[in-house]
Amino acid sequence: MKIIVGVKRVVDHNVKVRVKADGSGVELANVRMSINPFDEIALEEAVRLREKGTASEVVAVSVGADAAQETLRTALAMGADRAILVMGGEALQSLEVAAVFKELVQIETPDLVIFGKQAIDSDRNQTGQMLAGLLGWGQATFASAVNIENDEAIVAREVDAGIQTIAVRLPAVITADLRLNEPRYISLPNIMKARKKTIEKKTLSELGLTRKSHLKVLKVEEPTVRKPGIRVNGVAELVEKLRHEKKLL
Amino acid sequence: MQPFVMRESMEFDVVIVGTGPAGLSAAIRLKQINPALSVVVLEKGVEVGAHILSGAVVDPIGIDALLPGWRREEGHPFKTVVTQERFLMLGEKGAWNIPNALMPGILSNRGNFVVSLGNVCRWLARKAEALGVEIYPGFTGVEVLYNKAGAVIGVVTGDMGVKKNGSHGLNYMPGMELLGKYVLIGEGARGSLAKEVIARYALDRECSPQRYGIGLKELWEIDPIYHQSGLVLHSFGWPLDECTGGGSFLYHMEGNKVSVGFVVHLDYKNPYLSPFEEFQRFKTHSAIRGIFTGARRVAYGARALTEGGWQSVPKLIFPGGVLIGCAAGFMNVPRIKGSHNAVLSGMVAAEHVAVAIAKGRAHDEVAGIEDSWRVGVIGRDLLPVRNVKPLWAKYGTKLGMMLGGFDMWCQQLFGFSFFGTMHYKKTDSAMLEPAFLHDPIRYPAPDNVLTFDRLSSIYLSNIRHEDDEPCHLLIKDKKLQEMSELTVYGGPSIRYCPAAVYEWISEGNNKRYVINAQNCIHCKTCDIKDPNQNIEWTSPEGGEGPVYSDM
Repeated sequence: MKIIVGVKRVVDHNVKVRVKADGSGVELANVRMSINPFDEIALEEAVRLREKGTASEVVAVSVGADAAQETLRTALAMGADRAILVMGGEALQSLEVAAVFKELVQIETPDLVIFGKQAIDSDRNQTGQMLAGLLGWGQATFASAVNIENDEAIVAREVDAGIQTIAVRLPAVITADLRLNEPRYISLPNIMKARKKTIEKKTLSELGLTRKSHLKVLKVEEPTVRKPGIRVNGVAELVEKLRHEKKLL
Repeated sequence: MQPFVMRESMEFDVVIVGTGPAGLSAAIRLKQINPALSVVVLEKGVEVGAHILSGAVVDPIGIDALLPGWRREEGHPFKTVVTQERFLMLGEKGAWNIPNALMPGILSNRGNFVVSLGNVCRWLARKAEALGVEIYPGFTGVEVLYNKAGAVIGVVTGDMGVKKNGSHGLNYMPGMELLGKYVLIGEGARGSLAKEVIARYALDRECSPQRYGIGLKELWEIDPIYHQSGLVLHSFGWPLDECTGGGSFLYHMEGNKVSVGFVVHLDYKNPYLSPFEEFQRFKTHSAIRGIFTGARRVAYGARALTEGGWQSVPKLIFPGGVLIGCAAGFMNVPRIKGSHNAVLSGMVAAEHVAVAIAKGRAHDEVAGIEDSWRVGVIGRDLLPVRNVKPLWAKYGTKLGMMLGGFDMWCQQLFGFSFFGTMHYKKTDSAMLEPAFLHDPIRYPAPDNVLTFDRLSSIYLSNIRHEDDEPCHLLIKDKKLQEMSELTVYGGPSIRYCPAAVYEWISEGNNKRYVINAQNCIHCKTCDIKDPNQNIEWTSPEGGEGPVYSDM
């Protein structure tokens, strides 16, 4: 069984992002970037499936700028067998990314595609669902446990009411939630080996695709800062402030 | 009991610890001399530059020597040349401009650059990798390996996935042995491996005790109308008192950014002093606060720096390795810069180590390094200013600065000093005095516009530490901390720590020492200033700590 995993290069989750002075987006210059944490979980699951013998090959795919090669190196060091970079410029939208994966699926013919449930930069939570729709495949989103039995994936899903377990026929798309697994640490020897592997590169036009945006970002702004609380000296002062300053009483 | 774990090991020609300017310059120089050498560099930060914090005004003398022709290349980080310099003496109300004509020539920043030293390191790392240097961020050097003859043969990287109780988690991964013919230690000020080898080989036997400072820094995006690219402003005096050394820096960088910071010499005596709050107070001075109108703070960090200078540099060489950069201590205090010497010291070490390896040598002392730095460029930079910091420490700010200036003029005009070489007698920790000799200092509350508290500051340092890992700040004797640190010295750790790591919490009649290790920004001040040398800073898991960008 072959698995494709989508990995996106995003602003590191420890970085406190700030909006550019002109409001056009988030400041990315010299900001630390890393693999989207949900994609890391997706990749870990795929690698575990291969280590269990369920899968035979794990292919990591990233769509984006040249710098996404770093993210693919991380994926190779974690245990992906191959890596493909689809160079299509930056800030692709979910439907464009899904279209890329649809083309790759036709070339690679995997039995399973795993994504993180969402990327922490755009928080769209769409690519997995859109790909399943484009391919006419089944989908199991928000996975917190995955078991492959014969030609079915038994997936526990984190839904509002609790855990819902579903069976989905392969090939299928799965999106990983936070509790699916705890990704491994990457060892030095594996990083060394990953640096020697080649990353296959494809362009959008090689896949027969062109850029087509469906959304336009009008403005990005930071949440308004909450005013700090104040300390009052007693009930009388509190009542006084509520009555006269806030006019609540 | 720790389960026994087999570690993997790998051999290299040279193992370097730390991707600061010293480590990367050494790596680049080694590969320039002999491309066939295998060179590996470890970095505890999650990426190169993540733990680099500096003003910084950089003297390009080091980079010029390392990478001739760099000015013509695209993509280098030296975008802002120093265009104007101002040196202020601050009083509580006023500010006096010291005319540039009075300043000794060696203090001039003409031809220097205002940069982010972190970005310089990122650039150097790309240069090094292009030459075939292997750089591994996210991996700490936690242990030095010795052979039977007592020579250094390598370092061990830290284990990952160890739980707070010492057990191994599900994703546990043991560290790895990196063996090298020579090990270069470039961990920066008060490096933990450097501390170990200095003690083991008594490298500081013949020098003065090392002296340190703590530097705190913020990065601001300011209103363009107040921005003056390339303006470099330094001050001394207020808010520090006459007997506490230190001062501020304020550099206008590209992109309407201002790098503002404050250094407090860690030989201060008053345990009630808080370097963090002195920095916050400095920004409120009438000569300073104006440029922050309508500005926003985008980053915060702090780091200890070595200040001892010429007379405190330990012996650099030991069997199997070399100390480079601020792990040895090449900061020039009156020039307020040291990264140029870090670059040069990495180069000196690399040049001699490359020759030794070419001769088939390994694991021995590379004597040429020791002999050459004091008579070379680094020595010529540090020797003339060797008495400035001791004079300041001995005579206080006003008289000390005047004598220091006089001494530098004598050096400049006549090439000699009236003071010989003044030595330091005590370590910084021994300079701290009991609390009863001092009055508590009342610092103003933060306004959250120009001044802030520690927690909202470290929020901008992008810190990460695993929740369930062993505490990396070791208290050797817990009882002593309460009997002395708290009872005698009034708990100075809660004030000198710039990241709110230490707290003394009242529980009934007792006080409990709380260590919020997850706040640690790896500045190492506690390891230096604890009055009993009872706190030991060790490396947490690789990739942790702050993630500084543009710092």
